[in-house]
Amino acid sequence: MNRFDYIRPATAAEAIAAAAQPGSAYLAAGTNLVDLMKTGAARPERLVDITRLPGLDRIDWSPGGGARIGALVRNSDLAYDPAVRRAFPAVAEALLSGASPQLRNAATLGGNLLQRTRCAYFFDTASACNRRAPGAGCDAREGENRLHAILGWSEACIATHPSDVCVSLVALDAVVEIEGPDGAREIPLEALHRLPGDAPDQETALAAGELIVAVRLPPQAAAVASHARYLKIRERTSYAFAVVSAAAGLDLDGTTIRQARLALGGVAAKPWRARAAESVLEGAPADAATFARAAEAALAEARPSGDNAFKIELARRLIVRALSDALAGTPGQPPALPASPFAAPAGARHVA
Amino acid sequence: MSLETASPLAPYPRHGSNAGQPITRRDGELKVTGQATYAADNHPEGLLYAVCAVSSIARGRVTHLDVAAAMAHPGVVEVLTPANRPPLALDPNVKHGPFGFRLEVLQDDTVRYANQPIALVAAESLEAAVEGAALLNPRYEAQPARTGLEDGQRYAPAGVGVGAPPRTAHGDVEAGFAAAARIVEADFETPAQFHNAMEPHAVVAQWDGDRLTLDMPNQALVMSREAYGAFFGVPGANVLIRSPFLGGGFGSKAILNGPQLLGILAARHLKRPVKLVLSRAQMYGPVGHRGRTWQTLRLGLDGQGRLTALRHRSLAATSSFDDFLEPAANASLHAYASPAILSETEGLRLDIGTPGPMRAPGEASGSAALEAAMDEAAEACGMDPLDFRLANYAETEPGTGRPYSSKALRECYAEGARAFGWAGRPLRPRQMRDADGLLVGWGVGSALFPCPHFPAEARATLRADGTALVETAGVDMGQGAWTVLAQIAAEALGLDPARVEFRSGVSDLPDAGVAGGSGHTASAGLALHNAGQNVIARLTELAAADPASPLFGAGNVGVTARDGRLHRRDDDSRSESYAEILARAGQPLITASGRMARDEEAVQSWAMYSHGAVFAEVKVDPDFGMVRATRLVGAFAAGRIVNPRLVRSQYYGGMIWGAGFALHEAALADRRTGRIMNADLAEYRVPVNADVPSLEAILVPEEDRYVNPLGVKGVGEIGITGTVGAIANAVWHATGVRVRRFPIHIEDLMGG
Repeated sequence: MNRFDYIRPATAAEAIAAAAQPGSAYLAAGTNLVDLMKTGAARPERLVDITRLPGLDRIDWSPGGGARIGALVRNSDLAYDPAVRRAFPAVAEALLSGASPQLRNAATLGGNLLQRTRCAYFFDTASACNRRAPGAGCDAREGENRLHAILGWSEACIATHPSDVCVSLVALDAVVEIEGPDGAREIPLEALHRLPGDAPDQETALAAGELIVAVRLPPQAAAVASHARYLKIRERTSYAFAVVSAAAGLDLDGTTIRQARLALGGVAAKPWRARAAESVLEGAPADAATFARAAEAALAEARPSGDNAFKIELARRLIVRALSDALAGTPGQPPALPASPFAAPAGARHVA
Repeated sequence: MSLETASPLAPYPRHGSNAGQPITRRDGELKVTGQATYAADNHPEGLLYAVCAVSSIARGRVTHLDVAAAMAHPGVVEVLTPANRPPLALDPNVKHGPFGFRLEVLQDDTVRYANQPIALVAAESLEAAVEGAALLNPRYEAQPARTGLEDGQRYAPAGVGVGAPPRTAHGDVEAGFAAAARIVEADFETPAQFHNAMEPHAVVAQWDGDRLTLDMPNQALVMSREAYGAFFGVPGANVLIRSPFLGGGFGSKAILNGPQLLGILAARHLKRPVKLVLSRAQMYGPVGHRGRTWQTLRLGLDGQGRLTALRHRSLAATSSFDDFLEPAANASLHAYASPAILSETEGLRLDIGTPGPMRAPGEASGSAALEAAMDEAAEACGMDPLDFRLANYAETEPGTGRPYSSKALRECYAEGARAFGWAGRPLRPRQMRDADGLLVGWGVGSALFPCPHFPAEARATLRADGTALVETAGVDMGQGAWTVLAQIAAEALGLDPARVEFRSGVSDLPDAGVAGGSGHTASAGLALHNAGQNVIARLTELAAADPASPLFGAGNVGVTARDGRLHRRDDDSRSESYAEILARAGQPLITASGRMARDEEAVQSWAMYSHGAVFAEVKVDPDFGMVRATRLVGAFAAGRIVNPRLVRSQYYGGMIWGAGFALHEAALADRRTGRIMNADLAEYRVPVNADVPSLEAILVPEEDRYVNPLGVKGVGEIGITGTVGAIANAVWHATGVRVRRFPIHIEDLMGG
């Protein structure tokens, strides 16, 4: 591990000033960054520890029912917050489907947003990776790429973003509050992560030193609370990143879909909002035929980046299931195995 | 969980017996309070930290290392490379000793696999050593890596596994196939798997002149002491290995490896204690693994569903420079009755680290294929898979015709089937669904493991106060040796285990042999048993010869040892405590030795195996192909059970491993570079709790008068065998899809 400076600022302003220097990285729980530092995939010269910054570990509610979640709120605290679970159940379910209790007790929301890809070629410093070393090439492109991207990838990079909670958040129009050297600003979460294009090292829209201080969920996002699910396909029953995941929410007017929310995880370098599918859904009857059309629309642009064509069909089926589960209603109790097909609510349809 | 004693009363008089009781681990409190010290917990004064730099290519030569940059890093003390590596007393390119492997100890600049040590950096801190290794920035002259069937070099091996023949034939398989009413043939593929013990390979080495102390996890203490001594030109007696606890071994800690040798070498060279701990990623190369196999099963069947011939061929991967081959094909030699059986293994040389024995070597991967093929054969015959296995039940050992020393496999089938609820299973696949619409399937597999024994010695000392000390260099890698071996010794001494002090886990104690092959309890246990009995015999002599003893003259009728007293066999009321006998004789203690001993004629005359049957239920999401092994029931017969709690734990562990083999575990090597791309516990998947929600292990009573005087067989590895096939067969029963490449992936089951 390289020698690095460690700074523990007392205020956000100090933190931002320190992190604006080249070679800096923010450190929160470190559940991802420290692993990368151990392998050498990340070699920051300066760690700016933000865990002591005041006021970033709170959840505040607006009078209209929106939530402002501090960037240092722990995954566990967020997932088990009763009000969050009531208003934004798919956020809680997504959080609980990720990592392990120990990790969730440490990991923060801001860190979750900024976690790096799990692409093995990104982790392995002996491999060529444009994301880690611009211009080096992409060894994943012709490598072991069964689980890589099917949407929005480029020849330069086929990595995916591994977050679960980002998928639910992006479906719910979450907004990211940012403070930086040039003041405060906010952007939709959907605009935070960038597709690789020809510059996969430009992973986010954050400028040097910019610090995520909070994520806001607008009150309107609670409209789908009674019909919202997060569903995740993984290669063991727990403690695995998504092969493909989906957050689905429906706001129903009788049997007609008034408003739909749909996003996919594990398919692209960013949490993938499926707006084309939402257009298909909105105003249509909430039934299997509509869901199938939505799934087609969501994957219309998909193409395999390697040995992963199966993920396209898998994503289609997952969308249909997630929408069906959402239609069946948000479970009153969180499922024993959150987001798992093995914990389907009784009576939910499974199409053979 | 029920903790009844499953074994019948032992076939020998065991008055005052505590064996058979489910007592908890004697080391449990140390472990749950964090006081059990593992090798890397030792920090002697003046300690240096050593880190291996490892190759990122799989084949070629190291042409440059930036030693100057590493040496310039603050805290770095020394960089060892092939250019300055001090000499060893043995050539690491030669195989030495019974479990000898060719090792990579910086003997030259060639690279034979990814993750091979290419330099060692020693520093005042771990961080400095790690960064020093990173600063070496190696340059290579790389040659194309040979990573698969396409570019590997096939060869005819001299042996497979640990000294087994590469070809074994019983009867005429071609005649058997010619006579068959139908033939079933299927190809199977098993991946490279890594032991992934929780505790990485580690060593803390300290030299004092020509004496060496090693804190290291080690499965074969006395044998290793000799081997390490030989590499450094000192007698084995000069080497003290302390290995009180291992965080798992699974076969990977019985064999010398390059990194640990380098750590010891650095300690001698630098005249300071050195600690070396492999990173998780560095465990994927120099410390063995279960090699890949490509297997073909061919089964000839008569009109009644009985085997007419069984042929098991395997192509097994090994390294370019050594010869351990997973003996998968041999798993078919002893399993089922067939007039003709042929097992054949071919080798495939790849640019990989040499494979080695990994929990149930050969039996795990071979029984996976065999049990799946048997299921296909049952389907072809239109028979229930359990009935089919019973139709091919081996009443005597296939091939040799030897009788079994004991074989309660029929009872295992019956008990397991009853507990599982096998009756009424639909013959056809894709017939069952649960309330949520998930596909449900049931499968069965037979489990089998031989009963190897290893030479072992022990010492028992009865003290003046009536307590005892028993000693053997045993190995507790989590299986419970601290507890079980003490139970056996206490029983032999007629003492409560609480009155027996057990010393183990250090190489200057009597040799307890290898903790491997599921033979440690039997082997070391027999030595302890005999040592204890020898002590009691001498105590009896003292008492019987003493006119003042109530046992005077009891030499002929004999005595029984119970609760710290000797009793006349013909008059239980006449007894005397051990302490009284010793006190009157003026003896402060009695010491005696014992060794593992079996009736060699019985060993030759009888076929000896542990047996079992594993029943699996899986649920499969019909759209997604996700599989969960929702119920596993294993029924095992392994002779006398010394501690049902710990034995159950071994079966659970084996069955969970089997679930991982079937559904999760695989090392993913990049086809171009040979580098393992998932060398961590996030992406190299082993089962988590949610993957094995219901697990039941049934201890089927079995009495064995021939396997050894204790009647004990092995339980450490059999749980994997049978389980893999049972799960694969259940997946077929759920989905109608035969997946013959492990692990089973979701896309294998997504259908059209």
